[in-house]
Amino acid sequence: MLEQKAIIMLLEGIRDTLYMTLVSTLIGYVIGLPMGIVLNLTRPDGLKPNRIIYRILDFICNIIRSVPFLILLILLIPFTRAVVGQSYGSSATIVPLVICAAPYIARVVEASLNEVDAGVIEAAKAMGASNIQIIFRVLLVEAKTSLMAGATITTGILLGYSAMSGTVGGGGLGDIAVRYGYYRWQTDIMIVTVVLLIVIFQIIQNLGSKITAFFDHRKK
Amino acid sequence: MSEIKIRHLTKRFEAEGHTLTALDDVNLTIGSGSIYGIIGMSGAGKSTLVRSINYLEKPTEGSVFIDDTDLAELSPKELRKKRANIGMIFQGFNLLEQKNVIDNVTLPLKIAGTSKKEAREKARALLRTVGLEDKERAYPSRLSGGQKQRVAIARALATDPQILLCDEATSALDPQTSKSILDLLKEINTRLGITIVVITHQMSVVTEICDRVAIVENGRIVEEGSVDEIFTSPKTDAARELISGKKDSFSPVDRFDTGNVVRIVFSENSAFEPVIANTILKFNTPINILKADTRNVNGQAKGEMLLGLPEDEDLRIAIMEYIKERGLSVTEVKDHA
Ligand SMILES: Nc1ncnc2c1ncn2[C@@H]1O[C@H](COP(=O)(O)OP(=O)(O)O)[C@@H](O)[C@H]1O
Ligand SMILES: [Mg+2]
Repeated sequence: MLEQKAIIMLLEGIRDTLYMTLVSTLIGYVIGLPMGIVLNLTRPDGLKPNRIIYRILDFICNIIRSVPFLILLILLIPFTRAVVGQSYGSSATIVPLVICAAPYIARVVEASLNEVDAGVIEAAKAMGASNIQIIFRVLLVEAKTSLMAGATITTGILLGYSAMSGTVGGGGLGDIAVRYGYYRWQTDIMIVTVVLLIVIFQIIQNLGSKITAFFDHRKK
Repeated sequence: MSEIKIRHLTKRFEAEGHTLTALDDVNLTIGSGSIYGIIGMSGAGKSTLVRSINYLEKPTEGSVFIDDTDLAELSPKELRKKRANIGMIFQGFNLLEQKNVIDNVTLPLKIAGTSKKEAREKARALLRTVGLEDKERAYPSRLSGGQKQRVAIARALATDPQILLCDEATSALDPQTSKSILDLLKEINTRLGITIVVITHQMSVVTEICDRVAIVENGRIVEEGSVDEIFTSPKTDAARELISGKKDSFSPVDRFDTGNVVRIVFSENSAFEPVIANTILKFNTPINILKADTRNVNGQAKGEMLLGLPEDEDLRIAIMEYIKERGLSVTEVKDHA
């Protein structure tokens, strides 16, 4: 069995992993949600088509998303140091996680909003709704469950990325797995961290799906 | 209770390098308080035309006037206010799937800034009007097509509009449900005096509720008049085609590919005399009844027949004259295949 010290370390790992995952998802949405809305609005058949704004956001999203996360992590070390004051530990890892997540979230949000039936938007326009009213009273409402499903997937992905950041001292369960499993050959601890990551992932997925289904009124 | 005037309305779409003229110099006056039909085949430009009335589609050329206000002169904000005064319903209902019935009906009121309490009271009254007071909390996925359209009608009426635009509002419904929705529209028109514009590809919808009708073909109005007039003596091929309907291609008429077919229309008062029997007796020649039908045109029973007349041209002309003298309308049917 594991010693008490190891258990405490693992519990702290869970805490740090959840902290990194949830906070980066949250901040990711603060940036990505408006970006996704603007992408949806400015696309050629959106509510307010604008080629230039769409192209710029589209370009930013594609560039960041085409850089592998591990490389982004290293590339961003000077920036992270400037923002957080250090380049290791869970708080520092949130910086590259957010930068990686925001464009991804923007894309997921854009896709969810693009799915909203054009007829419903047309009906809202016919009622005399302004674009702002259409966004808040129609688009976000009708895309609600699709957005929730997107958020669930995003959280799962960020969980995986937060673990990956362990390879460069990012903190959390991934960090423990790399330090003990890879550098010290303590396979037992590594296996436990992997199992914990799987369990956390499952909980996030199931909870997300349940919440999404609960709020979906389309086919109940 | 608003008059709609459409003047020299042209709408062109630029698509992948080429220009498509969806509407071509359309002129229409839709009288205040009337139920006005706009009929045409798919792709004729009907939706584009009705979407121009609330400026969801901005004309390339020409103008739309609502009670003498040129919509082109309104600021975006004024235009939105005007739109709140024009209700619209659609073939696909276009309800918010994630909102229940009452929240769908209150949506236009919330957009207009009405208080929540007032909006709910209004919505409840409207749900009573459309016969869905017990469905307040249901979500659209639980409703039938007819019920969804009723919710959409209640929603369209929420802001007390002067005009109601219906774009193929009954096309997705079975004939019985369709009839009940048309009856509801008629009732609303009579009770509230709202001007109703009905877009359809089905003549039966027009004859059921419309006072006047315009026939659209390739973006142009090819014929316009009272429903009675157009049903009885259609002048254009487009009108004739819409009246006889696509179903004809399954009728035995197909096999008579001669130029000897005529369409006669008679109304209740002329139905007393046995005109066909008398014609046969008088001319001592067989007449082939290819199709016979009666329809309700604005509450009046109209009979319609397709007759196969003899080959002999003089005899044919004489027969047509005879029928005309009896007060029936006669039109020759060309290439009715
Ligand atoms: N936004 C658009 N862009 C390009 N072409 C369009 C657009 N809307 C309609 N059209 C074209 O205009 C014509 C008329 O369409 P529509 O008004 O929808 O016809 P209808 O409602 O009578 O079936 C069609 O050829 C259609 O393809
Ligand atoms: Mg149409």
